[in-house]
Amino acid sequence: MNTAAVPANEVVRFARFFLQELKPRGKWLTPFNVISIPIIAAGLVILYFRFTQGLGSVTNLSQQYPFGFWIGFDVMTGVALAGGAYVICFVVYVLRLEKYHSILKVTILNGLLAYVFYSGALLLDLGRPWHIINPIIGNSFGYNSVLFLVAWHFLLYTGALFLEFAPTIAEWAHWERLRKFLTSLTLGTVIVGITLSMLHQSGIGAMFLMAKPKIHPLWYSEYIPLLYFVSSIFGGLAMVIFEGTISGKVFSNLIGQKTHHSHDDIILGLGKGAAITMFVYYFFLAFIFMHGEKWKLINTSWGYWYLVEVIGFVLIPCFMFAYGVRNKKFGVIRTAAAMTVLGVILNRQNVCLIAYNWYVVDKYYPSWQEIVVTLMVVFVEVWVFRWIVTRMSVFSKE
Amino acid sequence: MDRRQFFVASATVAAGGIPNLNIKADSAREPKEFVGVLVDTTRCIGCRSCEVACSEAQKNFVPDTKNDNALEKIRDTSEKQYTVVNRFETAKGAVFVKKNCLHCWQPACAAACLVNAMLKTKEGPVTWNGDKCMGCRFCMISCPFDIPKFEYSGWNPRIMKCTMCYERLQEGKKPACVESCPTDTLMFGRKRELMEIARHRVYGHPDKYVHHIYGENEAGGTGWLYLSAVPFEQIGFRTDLGTTPYPEYTREFLISIPLIEFGVPAFLLALNMLTDRKDEVSDEQKWTEAGVDK
Repeated sequence: MNTAAVPANEVVRFARFFLQELKPRGKWLTPFNVISIPIIAAGLVILYFRFTQGLGSVTNLSQQYPFGFWIGFDVMTGVALAGGAYVICFVVYVLRLEKYHSILKVTILNGLLAYVFYSGALLLDLGRPWHIINPIIGNSFGYNSVLFLVAWHFLLYTGALFLEFAPTIAEWAHWERLRKFLTSLTLGTVIVGITLSMLHQSGIGAMFLMAKPKIHPLWYSEYIPLLYFVSSIFGGLAMVIFEGTISGKVFSNLIGQKTHHSHDDIILGLGKGAAITMFVYYFFLAFIFMHGEKWKLINTSWGYWYLVEVIGFVLIPCFMFAYGVRNKKFGVIRTAAAMTVLGVILNRQNVCLIAYNWYVVDKYYPSWQEIVVTLMVVFVEVWVFRWIVTRMSVFSKE
Repeated sequence: MDRRQFFVASATVAAGGIPNLNIKADSAREPKEFVGVLVDTTRCIGCRSCEVACSEAQKNFVPDTKNDNALEKIRDTSEKQYTVVNRFETAKGAVFVKKNCLHCWQPACAAACLVNAMLKTKEGPVTWNGDKCMGCRFCMISCPFDIPKFEYSGWNPRIMKCTMCYERLQEGKKPACVESCPTDTLMFGRKRELMEIARHRVYGHPDKYVHHIYGENEAGGTGWLYLSAVPFEQIGFRTDLGTTPYPEYTREFLISIPLIEFGVPAFLLALNMLTDRKDEVSDEQKWTEAGVDK
C-alpha cells in the first residue's frame, strides 16, 4: 500500500498511537533491568572508544586472529541459532502442520530480531563500516566471493523475515487492508526465505573453505557448508524449545490457556525433529571422519577436544532428545535443548577461533570489552523483544 | 543487412549491454603476461636495503637497520612494513629470506573480497583499494600465506600488504625493493622468463640449489619465485599448501548457488501443493460420489 495514499490524519493517528506505545509498561526495577541497563551503558562507552580509537583499543584481535568473538559468537552463532524461523516456517507453511501455528509468530519475531541484532553486530566489527553499502550498490560486485553471497542473503532474508512478521505489525497498527495484503504475500516470502536460509547458513560455512591450511583437520572438511546448514536446523529447533521454555515462564500472562496445553505436544514434535537431524549430522561427521582417515588425530589433545564437541554436545543430546520424546520427559528434552545450543556455540567457536590457527602460540581469547558488547547486543535484543510481545499479538491468546 | 550480419550485430549489442562481460573488447586486448620477481636466497646477504626502500616508497615505517638487531628473531610482515628479511640458521649456514606478498596467480584474498577491493590487476600485482574495502578482514582469513595485515589502531583502518609497487610499475619502473638490492638477489620480470632463469640456475648448479622452485605451483602458482640451497620448510616456507589455486575450494559451492536458488523454491512450492488438504474428502464420500458401491 502506498503511504502517499494514506490520508494525513491516519499518519497523525499512528504517530500518536506509536508515542503512546513507546511508554514503558509494568515495573521498572525488575532484576533483568537492573542487570541489563548498566551493561548496555558500559557497552555504549566501549563502542565510543572502538569507533574513535580503532578495534585494537577494545578487542584482542590480532593479525593471526582477524575474526574474534564478535564475528565468531554474535554473527556466526547468532545466525545459526536463528535457524528456527525458517524450519518452523517450512513446517507450518510448506508441510501445513497446523500444530505448530501457535509458535510461528514468536519464532519469526525471534529470527527477525536475531538477524537485525546479530548480523547487525557485524557493523561493530567492520573496520570501515560506512563502506558496507559497497557490495549492494555501485560497481563493486565481488561475484566470486562467498561473502558476497552471504551478505546479500543476510540482507534479503532479513527483509523476508520482516515481511513474514509485517502482518502482525499491521494488525497492531490497525491497518486491516494492509494486513490482508501482507498476509497474501506470506507463502511466497516463506519459500524464498527458506531458500535464502539454506544458502547463507551453508555460505557461512563455505567462508572457511579457503582457510584450509589454518583450520585443524578435525574441523576442516570440504563439507563444512553442509554441516553448517544441518546444524542450523537442530540448533534452531533447540533454540525454539529453549526460548519457548523461558517465554512460557516470563510471559505466561500473555499466553492463552489452550496454547499452554498444546505446548507440550509441540515440544515433543520439535524434540523429535532435533533428534533426527542431529543423528543425521552425527552420521555426516562420522562419515567425514572415516573418509578423511582422521584416526591418527584423535589421540591428541585436539582429538579429545573434538570428542567433547561431537560426543558430548551432539551425540549425547541427540539420544537425550530421543529418550525424552519417547518417555515424555520434558526436563530431559529441555536439558538436551540447552546442551544442543551450547554445542552449536562450541562448534562455531572451534571452527572460527579455537581450532583456527591452532598451531599459533599467541592464542586469541576475547577481552572483557568484547564480552560486554556482546552482552549489550543480547540485552538490547531482549528489550526490543519484550517491547514488541507486550504490545503486538505475538503469542496466541487462545 | 543479411541474416549473418544481423546476428553478429545483435550479439555484439547484447554482449555490450551486459556490464563487465564485454567479450569483444576483451578478445581485442593485447595478451598480457603477469609480472613477478625471482628471489635467489643464496645471494641474499641480509642487508635489509629492500626493507628500507620499500618503506620509503610506500611511506611506511622505515626501520633503523643498523641498530635495531631485527635479524635476531623471526619477524612477520606487519601493518607497518610490507616486507621483512629473516635469518635462518641451517646446515648450510645462515640463510636470509625476504618475506612479502607472493602475488598469487589466482589470489585467495581477491576471491574472498566481496567488493573487489583486493584485486588481481591485469599486470600481475595484487592491489588493495581503500575506497571499496569495508574492513571485514575475510582476505586475512583466506590468504594461505597470512599476508594481508590490518591496522587495529585508528578509526579508519587499512589493509596493508605489498603491492609490488604498482604505481612505480605504471611509470615503467621496477619495484623499489628490486631496485635497491645490491646483490641481484631480486630479479624483476615476466614469470615465464623468470622460470627459465630459475631452472637454468637449478640445472646448472644442482649441488648449490634444492631441486624445487617455490612459487612455481604453490597455491596454484605465485608471481614471486624462490630459489634455495636448503629445503624450503627450513627457511620459513609452508610446504603443505598444495598446488590447487585457493579460489578452487569455493568453486563448487558457488556453482551450486543458482541451482539451489531455482530448484529449491520449485520443490517447496510443489511440496506445499502436495500437502494441500482443503479438498480432501473422507473415504465414504469418495466412494459414494464415484458411484462405486452402486
